[in-house]
Amino acid sequence: MTTYTTTYRNALRDAMSEEIRRDEKVYLMGEEVAEYNGAYKCSQGMWEEFGDKRVIDTPITEYGFTGLAVGSAMKGLRPIVEFMSWDFSMQACDHIINSAAKTKYMSGGVVDCPIVFRGQNAASGRVAAQHSQDFAGWYANIPGLKVIAPANAHDAKGLLKAAIRDDAPVIFLEHEKLYGMENEMPTDLDFTVEIGKAATVKEGTDVSIIAYSYSVETAKEVAKNLEKDGISAEVIDLRTISPLDETAILDSVKKTSRAVFIQEAWAYASVGDSVASLIQSKAFDHLDAPVEVFSGERTPMPYAANLEELALPQVDKIVEKIKTMVK
Amino acid sequence: MNAQNIEQFKSEYSTEQLIEVYRQMLRFRRMSEKTAQMYQQGLIGGFCHLYTGQEAVLAGTFAECEKGDDHITSYRCHAHALACGVDEKEVLAELTGRATGISKGKGGSMHMFAPDKGYWGGHGIVGAQVPLGTGMAFYHKYMGNQNICVTSYGDGAANQGQIFEAMNMASLWGLPVLYVVENNVYGMGTAAKRVCAGELHQRGAAFGIEGEKVDGQDFFTVAEAVKRARKYILENKRPYIIEMDTYRYRGHSMSDPAKYRSKEEVQAVKENRDPLIRIYDCLVDERGVKESELKEIDNIVKANLKESVDFAVNSPLPDAAELMTDIMPK
Repeated sequence: MTTYTTTYRNALRDAMSEEIRRDEKVYLMGEEVAEYNGAYKCSQGMWEEFGDKRVIDTPITEYGFTGLAVGSAMKGLRPIVEFMSWDFSMQACDHIINSAAKTKYMSGGVVDCPIVFRGQNAASGRVAAQHSQDFAGWYANIPGLKVIAPANAHDAKGLLKAAIRDDAPVIFLEHEKLYGMENEMPTDLDFTVEIGKAATVKEGTDVSIIAYSYSVETAKEVAKNLEKDGISAEVIDLRTISPLDETAILDSVKKTSRAVFIQEAWAYASVGDSVASLIQSKAFDHLDAPVEVFSGERTPMPYAANLEELALPQVDKIVEKIKTMVK
Repeated sequence: MNAQNIEQFKSEYSTEQLIEVYRQMLRFRRMSEKTAQMYQQGLIGGFCHLYTGQEAVLAGTFAECEKGDDHITSYRCHAHALACGVDEKEVLAELTGRATGISKGKGGSMHMFAPDKGYWGGHGIVGAQVPLGTGMAFYHKYMGNQNICVTSYGDGAANQGQIFEAMNMASLWGLPVLYVVENNVYGMGTAAKRVCAGELHQRGAAFGIEGEKVDGQDFFTVAEAVKRARKYILENKRPYIIEMDTYRYRGHSMSDPAKYRSKEEVQAVKENRDPLIRIYDCLVDERGVKESELKEIDNIVKANLKESVDFAVNSPLPDAAELMTDIMPK
């Protein structure tokens, strides 16, 4: 197998470009995706290669272009819609939820909507409350949507290609702090990562640390710190939030008997709370400690650097808590 | 655009074709009336929006559309399904929540679809069908098809911001979409004049989209406008707006007693502007069709409808296992 190494940002670009070359029905649409090469440069060079038909700059009009893309998907095109920030999807979530997610069911199965909504999600750093929210739980709550949040460049490419080929509407949550991360990945044009499968990032025996997106980096750092105290942590990267890989979570917890979840999102009604509920209902007898969920503080994201740091999950706090769990 | 001389346009329709138009409009009318009855009998649940009074809008539009054109509308969608070629049986079975319904009993009154017939619903969020329909026109442009998407919405929906967003892109990208504004005078219980500034057919003007207002109660006027609009859209690669001046005889939905308007107002439209009476009079007075022949058509429509009602009420409810199917593609 031949491989190459590139960044998360370019992996997304490569995934989109390969799928646009492969399938004439695939196109990319969004604000600044074409001539500007993407607000975060995730579509660098694509407009130059594919032109106006396949890489389309839209007006700043999320509700409208999302509905338009969904309509074209119902007819059989396979749009990739970029939100400059997932916070902006609030303007468009009616079409994501009421049109894209529900129409298959409402039509008795005859209308499909093969579409990918992608963009930067959660706290990219110092952009305050209206550009920092983690929407994983919001969209994972909706039947009819798949929700993906890759934590490295390899998975970003493989999962985005899988999402574009999937016939369901897919929410694809990227993270600005990961855009520069470099990983090795196959050059094979049919390389995909299966949707709905978690990955064991690091094996361990004392505690399972479960996370998605950038919080996997936090989890890895926590695990590294715990090693100094002789605690062996297993790190599980969910990769897909919905459908959830329950087997991977439960198998890990049954092995380690302790579970910790890390997320940037607010705790109440979140992915972390749902996973904690799952573990406690399906692996209760295996637990040696209550499941702990570390989340963003329940406040709009502050701008000041010190406050923003305090609002997000803290490695030190998580390490200290796990030490008390593993005595 | 100059309208064609309406007498000349009329002469392009054979008597046979006009009888078929009359039969279609009767189907819309009779099914609507039957639906109201069935709702009152408790056979239909939830929200239920009827089309009585607006039949010429649909009949005229469909008379001048071509195979491959797409149609999308709001929750007032039962007659649209028939116009696209769906059978009364499937519509009534859906209304009664049966397994044999067009959406297997999962969509109900507001959500009917037949993509194989170019029918895309059936949408319950007011105005949402407009960007969706604009996207279907985007598809036709993308694929290089010589087809349009007829995107219908009411005077109530006309104030939704997403319609302006869609029109902006339709104009920028030259999308083959015909916006049909069914102005039936009331958006739920609110008169259009109380909430709509300006003229609805001029709402695209800021985006360079032309439009016109026509008498939506007259089949020929509607058909002539749609024929011209369709040609204009495809030849010029431009969207177009037709505002249909129409009227609904029933309340907004079955739960609306329509106290915001007088009985006299409704009666005046029924007597002077009824779309079925107009086409009936044309057939009898101008084409020499016997009234007995038209009566016979009505009898056949009613007999078919009765058969469809029987089919619906005798159909099984959806199987419990259907609860969790059709959520995700296989």
